Amino acid sequence: MEHTTETHADHPSIGTFLAVWLALVVLTAMLVIASQVSHDLAVAAMLTLTPLKAGLVLYYFMHLKYEGVLLKAMVFVAIATLLVFIGFLFFDIGFTW
Amino acid sequence: MDTPMTDAQAHAPSEHRDDLGAKVGMWLFLFTELILFGGLFILYSAYRSMHAHAFEDAGKLLDVPLGVTNTVVLLTSSLTVVLAIAYMQRGDRRKATAFLLATIGLALTFLVIKTIEWSAKFEHGIFPGSPHLLEKGPGETLFFGLYFLMTGLHGLHVIIGGILLTVMLWWVVKGKTTQDNYVYLENAGLYWHLVDVIWIFLLPLFYLAA
Amino acid sequence: MTTLAAPATHATHAPHAQTEPDYLRASSGILSWIGSTDHKRIAILYLTTMLAMFAAGVLIGVLMRVEQLTIGETIMKPETYNALFTLHGVIMIFLFVIPGLPAVFGNFFLPILIGAKDVSFPRINLASWWLFITGAALAVASLFTGGGAPDTGWSFYAPFSIRTGTNVSLAVFAAFVLGFSSILTGLNFITTIHRMRAPGMTWHKMPLFAWAAYATAWIQVLATPVIGITLLLVMAERFLGVGIFDPAKGGDPVLYQHLFWIYSHPAVYVMILPAMGAISEILPTFARRSIFGYAFIAYSSIAIAALGSIVWAHHMFTSGMSEVAQFVFSLLTFLVAIPSAIKVFNWTATLYKGSIDMQPPMLFALSFIFLFCIGGLTGVMQGALAVNQHVHDTYFIVGHFHYVMFGGTGFAFFAAMYYWFPKMSGRMYSKKMANASWFCLFFGFNGLYFTMLILGWMGMPRRYYDHLPQFHTLHIVASLGSFLLAAGVVLFFVTLISGLRKGDKAPENPWGGKTLEWSLGSPPIVENFHEIPTVHQAPYAYNEESGHGHAND
Repeated sequence: MEHTTETHADHPSIGTFLAVWLALVVLTAMLVIASQVSHDLAVAAMLTLTPLKAGLVLYYFMHLKYEGVLLKAMVFVAIATLLVFIGFLFFDIGFTW
Repeated sequence: MDTPMTDAQAHAPSEHRDDLGAKVGMWLFLFTELILFGGLFILYSAYRSMHAHAFEDAGKLLDVPLGVTNTVVLLTSSLTVVLAIAYMQRGDRRKATAFLLATIGLALTFLVIKTIEWSAKFEHGIFPGSPHLLEKGPGETLFFGLYFLMTGLHGLHVIIGGILLTVMLWWVVKGKTTQDNYVYLENAGLYWHLVDVIWIFLLPLFYLAA
Repeated sequence: MTTLAAPATHATHAPHAQTEPDYLRASSGILSWIGSTDHKRIAILYLTTMLAMFAAGVLIGVLMRVEQLTIGETIMKPETYNALFTLHGVIMIFLFVIPGLPAVFGNFFLPILIGAKDVSFPRINLASWWLFITGAALAVASLFTGGGAPDTGWSFYAPFSIRTGTNVSLAVFAAFVLGFSSILTGLNFITTIHRMRAPGMTWHKMPLFAWAAYATAWIQVLATPVIGITLLLVMAERFLGVGIFDPAKGGDPVLYQHLFWIYSHPAVYVMILPAMGAISEILPTFARRSIFGYAFIAYSSIAIAALGSIVWAHHMFTSGMSEVAQFVFSLLTFLVAIPSAIKVFNWTATLYKGSIDMQPPMLFALSFIFLFCIGGLTGVMQGALAVNQHVHDTYFIVGHFHYVMFGGTGFAFFAAMYYWFPKMSGRMYSKKMANASWFCLFFGFNGLYFTMLILGWMGMPRRYYDHLPQFHTLHIVASLGSFLLAAGVVLFFVTLISGLRKGDKAPENPWGGKTLEWSLGSPPIVENFHEIPTVHQAPYAYNEESGHGHAND
C-alpha cells in the first residue's frame, strides 16, 4: 500500500559512505592519541569525539539525515530520556560520594 | 509520515505493506536496545565516579590494540552493510551479496578477537567475581564486572546481528529481497549499526579509560 | 468512500444482518485462536489468561488476609507468607495490571477507534501474547522448582535477592520475558497510531483512549528496558557473582533500587493512563455530554508520562540517598499530581449538567474517580519527606497503591469490561448482577484498604507475617473487607459468564456511544469495517445545547 517515497536524492552516494567511514577511523585515531597524552585530554576527547562518531553513524549510515522530522524527534526523545536518567541519578550520587 | 491515510490508501487492495511503518517499528525497537544498554551505562557512570582511580588503573590491563582493531572492524562492517543496501537499491544483487558476506565476515572477526581477549583475561585470573579481582579491591572488581557484562551483552548482540544478516543474505540470494522490496534488509542494517554505536561508546569507556 | 454516520442511540432495534460472520465465528478450533493475528482474538486471548492470573492473585491475597486473622500462626508458616506476598505482587503487577487495559481493550479497540482494520504489526502482536504466556508459565514454574517461590517481595531488592536460596532467577527471568511482551505491544501501538488512522482522523479527532494508549506505549518502550537489564543483572549476580550490587564485593544496593524504580515508577503510569483513557470514553457516553477539556485530557496524558519518568526515587527516601536527591524528587512528585488533577477536574466538569444514565459502567467509572482521588492524595502525602519517614514500608503505602492500582486501574478495568462486553461478545449481561458485584467490590475494597491506611498510619509494617496486639482489631476488619471484596470479584466473573451463556443479544449500540466501535456489529466482523470510514466529526459529539444529547441522524 505505501511504499517508501524516497527519491534518488535521498540516497547518499557510495563516495559519501566511504568519506564517513574514513572520518570515523580518523576520529578513532584521534581518541586513542588523546588518551595517551593526558587524562584530562582523554576525557575531553571522549565526551566530544565519541558522540560525534555516533552521530555520524546515526545520520549517514542509519539514514537519519534523510528521514522526516518526526523520526528525528523520536530519536531525540529516546536519547534525552537516557541522559535524563543518568543526570537525575547524579542528584543522589553526586552529593553522597 | 504522520498524516492520516488518504482515501486511496484506505481503499487499496488488501495486501498491506507499509515500509515506513516497518522502519518506524525498527527504530522504536532500537530505542529499547539503547535503553537496555543504557542501564549498564548508568551503572558505569555511577561506579566510575565512585572509584575513579581504580577504574583508570584497571583500564590499563586491557589490550588497547585489540580494542582499537575491533573498533575498526565494526566501523568497517557498518560501511559494508550500508554498501550492501546501496547496491540493492541500485539493483546490483551480486555486489549486495558480496558486501553482506563481508559484513558477516567482519562480525565473525570481531567475535574471534573478543574471544582471544576474554581468554587472556581468564588465564590471568580475571573473570566475574574472581578471587584475584576481589583481592585487588572493589574498584577493579566493579570495572571488570562491568567490562564482562557490557562486552558480553554486546557480543550477544553481535551474534544476533550476525544471524539476522545471514538470514538477509539468504533472502537476497533467493530473490526474496529485491530492488523494490528491501525494507527488511534496511532494518537489519539499522540493527547492525546500533551494535556498532554501542561499541563506539564501549571503546573509550573501557580501553581508553587509563 | 463511506462517510461515518453517527451511531444510532439507545438500543431498541435489532442488529442489522452482516453478510460476513463476526470475528468469534469466522473460524474455529484452538489453533485458529492461538495462531490468530486478528487483534480482537488476541485481545480475548489476553483477557482470558489475564483474568485467570487475576483470580489467582486474588486468592493469594485472601490467603494472606486469613493468616492475619489471628496473632501468631493461623494457616501458614512465615516463609510461606513471604512467598505469598511476593507472588501476589508479581502476578498482580506483571501479569494483570501492567498488561491491563492495553492488552485487552487497547488490542481490541485501538484499531477500531482510529478506523483501522488491525494494528501495524499483527504477527508481532501475536508474539506479544505468546511471550506473555511464556512469562506466566515461567512465573508459575518458579513455585515448584529449585528453592521454591521467591520470598524477596516483588521488588527483588539486592542483596537479599542475590543471596536467598529461593527461585529468584526463574522469577526474574519470567518478569524479563513479560517485559519484552510489554515492549512489543508499546512499539506496535505507537506505530499503529502514527500510521493507521482513518482518513480525516487527525490527532485532535482521536478518542482519548487512543491518546492514553499512545502515552502509555512510549513509557513501555522507553522505561521497560531498564527493568530488563536490571533483572538480567540479578541473574548475573546469582549465577556469576559479578559483584555489581553486592556490598561484599564493592557493589551498591542502592544503585539496584535506582535501576529498579527507574522502570517501576513509570510502570505505574503504564497501569493508570489507559485506565484514565477508558474513563474518558465512558463518562461522556453516560452523561450524554461531550468530554470537557478534550485537549487538556489528551495532553495531560503526555505530561504524566513525561513527569512520571523523573520521580522514581520517591520510593527511596529512606534508603540513604543524598538530601539533594530527596528534595528534587519530592518536588517533582508534587508536580506529577497536577496533570492527574487536571483530568479529575475535567471529568467532573463533564458530568455537570449532563444527563446521567447510571448503568454499571458509569457506576464503576464514578467509583474510579473517588477511589483514584484517595489513592492520588495519599500519594502526595507520601511525597512529603517528613511524612515518608513514618509511613515508608507500612500499610499506609500498601493502602495507597491499592487505591490507585486496584481502586484505579482495577475498577476502570471492571468499568471497561462492563462497557465493552456487549461489543466484544455480542451479549448483554444482567444489570442487577453487575450492580451487586459493584456493591461487594466497592464496600469490600474500602473496608480492606481504608483500614490499611489507618493501620499504616498507626505504624503497622508491611510484608510482616504477624502483628502486634494493638493492630489486631483493625486487621480483622481489613480481612472481613477482603472477603467481601473477593465475593465481589466472584460476582463480577459470574455476571459476565452468565451474560455469555444466557444474555440477550447485544445491539450495535446499547449505550448510545459516539465513537467508531458503536457503528460496528456486536461482535464486529474480522476486518472491523466493511469500508474504512472517513471521519468528519470529533469524538463524543453529543448535542450540547439542550444539556442532554441525542445522536444526530
